[in-house]
Amino acid sequence: MTLRERLRQKISAAFYHHGLLCASYPVPIILFTSASILTCCYPLLRLPLPGTGPVEFTTAVRGYASPSHNPLGDPVERPDWYRGPPVAYIQQVLVKAAVSPWGSNLLPVDAFRPPLGQVFTLLEEIRNHVHSDSSGVQSLEHLCLQVTDLLPGLRRMQTVLPEHGCLLVSPGNYWQNQQELFDSDPDLLKTVQKHEPKGLHTSATLRDLLFGVPGKHTGVSHYSKKRVVTYTITIALSTYDAGFLGSLRARLKQLHPSANCSLGEEHMVHVHFKEEIGIAELIPLVTTYIILFAYIYFSTRKIDMVKSKWGLALAAVVTVLSSLLMSVGLCTLFGLTPTLNGGEIFPYLVVVIGLENVLVLTKSVVSTPVDLEVKLRIAQGLSNESWSIMKNMATELCIILIGYFTLVPAIQEFCLFAVVGLVSDFFLQMFFFTTVLSIDIRRMELADLNRRLPAEAGLPPPKPGPLRPREAPPPPRPSPHTITLQTPAFRNLRLPKRLRVVYFLARTRLAQRIIMVGTVIWIGILVYTDPAGLRTYLAAQPPHLGGMAPVFPGGDPAKALSVLPAREATPLPENQSQRHLAPGRVQEQPRGPPAATQVPWGAEDEEGWRRLSFRHWPSLFSYYNITLAKRYISILPVIPVTLHLGPQEAPETPRHPQDARLPPDPIPKFSSPDLQAADLTLYKVAALGLAAGVLLVLLLFCLYRVLCPRNYGQNGVSHGRRRRGDLPCDDYGYSPPVSEISPLLLRGHSMDIECLASDGMLLASCCLAGQIRVWDAQTGDCLTVIPNHKLRRSSSSGCWEQRGGRDPCVGGDSASEDEGGGFPFRRHAPPLRPPLFTDQPDLTPLIDTNFDSRLPPSSVHAAPPRGAAFDYGGLVERAYTEHEPPSPAAYPSPSYSSSPPTAGFANCRRSPVEAPDRGFACGPPPAAEWEGSVWAMELRGNLIAAGRSSGKLQLWDAVEGSLRCSNEEGASGITALAFLNNRIVAARLDGSLDFFTVELNKPPGLLQYRGAPGRGSMPPSPCYSSDDLISCQLTRSVLCAHQKPITVLRAAAGRVVTGSQDHTVRVYRLDDSCCLFTLQGHSGAITAIYIDETMVLASGGQDGAICLWDVLTGSRVSHVYGHRGDVTSLVCTNTCVISSGLDDLICIWDRSTGIKLYSIQQEVGCGDSLGVISDSLLVTGGQGCVSFWDLNFGDLLQTVYLGQTSDGQGVRQLLVLDNAAIVCDFGSELSLVYVPSVLEKLD
Amino acid sequence: MSRTLTAMADSTPGGYGSEPGPRPAPGPYISAVTNRTTNLVIRGAMLFSVGVFLALVLNLLQVQRNVTLFPPDVISSIFSSAWWVPPCCGTASALIGLLYPCIDSRLGEPHRFKREWSSVMRCVAVFVGINHASAKVDFANNVQLSLTLAALSVGLWWSFDRSRSGFSLGVVIALLATLATQLLVYNGVFQYTSPDFLYIRSWLPCIFFAGVITMGNIGRQLALYEHKVALEKTHQD
Repeated sequence: MTLRERLRQKISAAFYHHGLLCASYPVPIILFTSASILTCCYPLLRLPLPGTGPVEFTTAVRGYASPSHNPLGDPVERPDWYRGPPVAYIQQVLVKAAVSPWGSNLLPVDAFRPPLGQVFTLLEEIRNHVHSDSSGVQSLEHLCLQVTDLLPGLRRMQTVLPEHGCLLVSPGNYWQNQQELFDSDPDLLKTVQKHEPKGLHTSATLRDLLFGVPGKHTGVSHYSKKRVVTYTITIALSTYDAGFLGSLRARLKQLHPSANCSLGEEHMVHVHFKEEIGIAELIPLVTTYIILFAYIYFSTRKIDMVKSKWGLALAAVVTVLSSLLMSVGLCTLFGLTPTLNGGEIFPYLVVVIGLENVLVLTKSVVSTPVDLEVKLRIAQGLSNESWSIMKNMATELCIILIGYFTLVPAIQEFCLFAVVGLVSDFFLQMFFFTTVLSIDIRRMELADLNRRLPAEAGLPPPKPGPLRPREAPPPPRPSPHTITLQTPAFRNLRLPKRLRVVYFLARTRLAQRIIMVGTVIWIGILVYTDPAGLRTYLAAQPPHLGGMAPVFPGGDPAKALSVLPAREATPLPENQSQRHLAPGRVQEQPRGPPAATQVPWGAEDEEGWRRLSFRHWPSLFSYYNITLAKRYISILPVIPVTLHLGPQEAPETPRHPQDARLPPDPIPKFSSPDLQAADLTLYKVAALGLAAGVLLVLLLFCLYRVLCPRNYGQNGVSHGRRRRGDLPCDDYGYSPPVSEISPLLLRGHSMDIECLASDGMLLASCCLAGQIRVWDAQTGDCLTVIPNHKLRRSSSSGCWEQRGGRDPCVGGDSASEDEGGGFPFRRHAPPLRPPLFTDQPDLTPLIDTNFDSRLPPSSVHAAPPRGAAFDYGGLVERAYTEHEPPSPAAYPSPSYSSSPPTAGFANCRRSPVEAPDRGFACGPPPAAEWEGSVWAMELRGNLIAAGRSSGKLQLWDAVEGSLRCSNEEGASGITALAFLNNRIVAARLDGSLDFFTVELNKPPGLLQYRGAPGRGSMPPSPCYSSDDLISCQLTRSVLCAHQKPITVLRAAAGRVVTGSQDHTVRVYRLDDSCCLFTLQGHSGAITAIYIDETMVLASGGQDGAICLWDVLTGSRVSHVYGHRGDVTSLVCTNTCVISSGLDDLICIWDRSTGIKLYSIQQEVGCGDSLGVISDSLLVTGGQGCVSFWDLNFGDLLQTVYLGQTSDGQGVRQLLVLDNAAIVCDFGSELSLVYVPSVLEKLD
Repeated sequence: MSRTLTAMADSTPGGYGSEPGPRPAPGPYISAVTNRTTNLVIRGAMLFSVGVFLALVLNLLQVQRNVTLFPPDVISSIFSSAWWVPPCCGTASALIGLLYPCIDSRLGEPHRFKREWSSVMRCVAVFVGINHASAKVDFANNVQLSLTLAALSVGLWWSFDRSRSGFSLGVVIALLATLATQLLVYNGVFQYTSPDFLYIRSWLPCIFFAGVITMGNIGRQLALYEHKVALEKTHQD
């Protein structure tokens, strides 16, 4: 055994034990893991939150020296970025100028034209300032930041921003720093406005850059009430020379003293800018994240065969993420501070660490044998994959270690994080994910168990039926009801689109949240952008502000103006740069108290740059391709300059001729430009409003289209009716494979099937011809044929009989009349008669309603008025003599006569058939009378209850084919029958309801057990004795149960529910025939009723409405309109109600809420052929096929074609048998389809 | 019965069972997808768009580092590089993505290593990461940068490809692409801000190699899909 194998074994064993441990103690292990994650993440709290705002650091001006690159043991705590010289020193000269006192002869332009004109003087002063000391002569040219070209894209700013020289910006730049241009400028404001960007701007505008104060603080406007103009001259210095700056400050202060100014000069502020994430950087970032999510998606999609895919996928992602957090936390703990941009490297870290191990683990665990115990499964799965997991991990660690030796700091750091992340990921996989997996597997087993239990419990209990004495309870088949479908987690319920939208909205409360978030954002924007709001508040540094209004930072302008005394200016001799401005015109002298109140200086002026956008400096420098990202600038204390212009000087300022006519006078000053602006705003608002309105209308329209289907009156989504011959498909156009299951075709009927009844074992069918056939529901063998005697009268019946004789029962594969002797009938093939009425439809149900009245004159043998035993031979003869004179007497005279009924109930004796023949001797003897067509049929035990149009209730032995008893007390046709236990309820056409009790007059013990029916071999000698009596006694007749004919009758759970054309539903107790409730709520005749053992009652009417009722209280639970036209059938399951209507639509409703889940378009005429097999399987009939649907999701599962050609007749009736077979009529044939199903795993 | 039922339940979700029997002719969509030429075109178009997209994004990464000179307007800079660069990248990636599976089938050794979408995504992510590293990380000198990138590229190949044909094809295409770039630069169509090796950046072949591996990976995965569909079609037939 090599070392490798031993190692492998050891690892495998270790993993096995670990798996056992994890699966045994899930909760403590998860708690432990969570605790360790939290512990490891704790150091993350100390990390600064990421942000892109600039950071400030303040130092004293005195004794300032540019910080060295490598600070050694600085006693003062300074930020990391504060090393090395700054990009630039910013020296601002803050100028406040006012024309005072304001004279009435002054134009509004005079408020800012002279003050702005002063900038050129100041610029000249600054440029020419020279400071000489021991170290030499310093001038601005030496100290300032020399800039070269503007960026190529900024050509339009070339005229404004300085190029090739000092970076010195001031409002004078608008006029290229030339007084002449300024003087000849007709409209200063226009010049200023010219360079403003159109539309929304977020970063600093040119106006802000040049003026150095926020736009509305400049006072350069016609309507500035204060008439104080503020601007700055900004100088960017590359080197700091305290001497030069000091002398400049002193000089300017001396020239233009600001008496009331108390601005601090002690502190300089260093501002550090972080890297800004622009769109250019965002796009790759977003791309990497998209790739990351695609990776996670594709990875977690592979998780399969577990209880909750989402849960495990979440656990996997949590594993990776928390391992990353742990890695960062651990690295921080051990002193390594992350310098990389976390957001950028994060996707790569996730990709490097990967989800592969998690998936491998899951796959390995779910592929272990499922019959093992959960912990053994986990342990085995772990140990199976242990070697590959370890190998992969070792490989990855190696690769990362190699990366570590690239000696590139960034890569090293990345690798370090990755290594720690890998290790913590391994830890989490082993502890956290494995435990979650074990919990999941356990849940799945539990779910399996739960699902199996009801399936087993759902087997029909052997009913001690008194009516089936001779039959053993059917051998317990493994219930095929449990249909395994896909895990439903990912199958979407097929809902109408509008419902899905509404459900989605309701589930996520999306609308509320969006509105809430929108409101919050809106409020935030309002607060932020409001002039008196947060932005100014923030920008103006809260400590200084107190409660003053930021708009007028200087306080009351009126006061300032009123105090302003008239004075004459004293020219300064040093003012070398004054040009044509007369020397008598300008500046202030250092003056006394009056000047102190003239131009307000506030604390906020001290750091006026704070009011600027934080992108002010980066954008200024970026114009010269100098980035401030990760660098800092030092802002020196401002130099305040106050300019006072006398009123008499202002007009002397060379006004441009156009100045005078711009605003006519200050009083109606709000007229033209403001109005213009207002107009413009108005237009903008109108356009915006219009656009918003159009958008709103479009949105509403879309919503309407989504929420309300186009066919609004048609209840639900429109379904394109499937064309004939197309494959059936569901709404998604998905058409599942056609199954190979070949249905058993039960042939024998000559006309279309009209009634179907079954009790699970036997199946009785009645065709339009009145022939009743009994089939074995399991094998499809035809057991009995009970012909309708009435048909003997017509010659066409001969034809049918002939056909029946030749091809009596081709049911499935083994059903042949002669084989095995299993069929208790044998008919003589009558001689072929030419058909007389073959081309005519059989209208018997319509024609003969009550033949009793007609019978007496034609009676031959038996007592005609009683009609119980009636030889129809004469009738047949008469019929044939009418049409065909040489009519052979094909049928022997009935050899049977019943004992006369006594005491008001019909007592029928079994026909004494000849033993060897054991069938009807071709002239089924018993009821030799006009029977009427069969309108209703029920099958219980082996008794067929047939309600005829003549009002007769007949009980036939399903196996023998003999009439056991007949009751003909009612005259009105039986429209519906219910056969429950030993009671039969018959509803009649006249609205009366009859309750019969079936009594067995002979104890079943005496009867010999006949054996299981329908296996093709019947015991040869059933002990039929003629005294085996079954009586059917009318116990109660509710004469006027309904005002109009009863259309539906259902019985279950000891209740009988009738629905009638009089719009009401009545509930009776089966035991005492007592009417419990009359349920009113429909506005049309009742056409469908459903009631089951769980007392669920649903009714549907001609109005297309479906009502759900509470049977115990008689109250209406819900009421929905589902169909255009009659509701033809109704079925309820535990969760939903399935209805079908004349519109050939099958609708599935949620039972509790009454919401339509979805609907299925049926073939024409197949609307009411539906059945529910289990709670999740729906069967519908179609053109020559049967389709199986997943009820929960509306997916078409399977389509079974009944015949060879797909264009067969439509399936109009469909009956689900107890053994999960489906019987449906297929023209004149019956089709027995076994439900495709999958047996659940039994162990 | 249960056997057929199981088969049915198995075949139900997927949609295409493989049981014999009369089945309808495949719909227009399926037949279009299984059509070889159409499939080729679809794959080519997908690869082309992926290539264009990656070219734009990676170009943006380079812009940030000022590898190539661009005006500062950010949005426009996405499309500001020579207009022919993204289409060229797209065409090249389409060619490569189609070439890889083709060569695989010619050599008769289908690529079986980690053939799943998650792995492909991982590969793309690593490729973007390599580009990211080349653009963002400060290296001491260009030799270090080139060596690191070369190691990363080979690591990419080892992690996601591991086929000899893939490696050789990648090397060949990378060299060809470098040569083409060299020619372009030499003729002055194109210029780098700081060429370090014969007018171009020395890490270019590594990036090319990684890109070839990535696109080949995607192409193979797409081809696998076609293979699956074709397989199902033959089953159906």
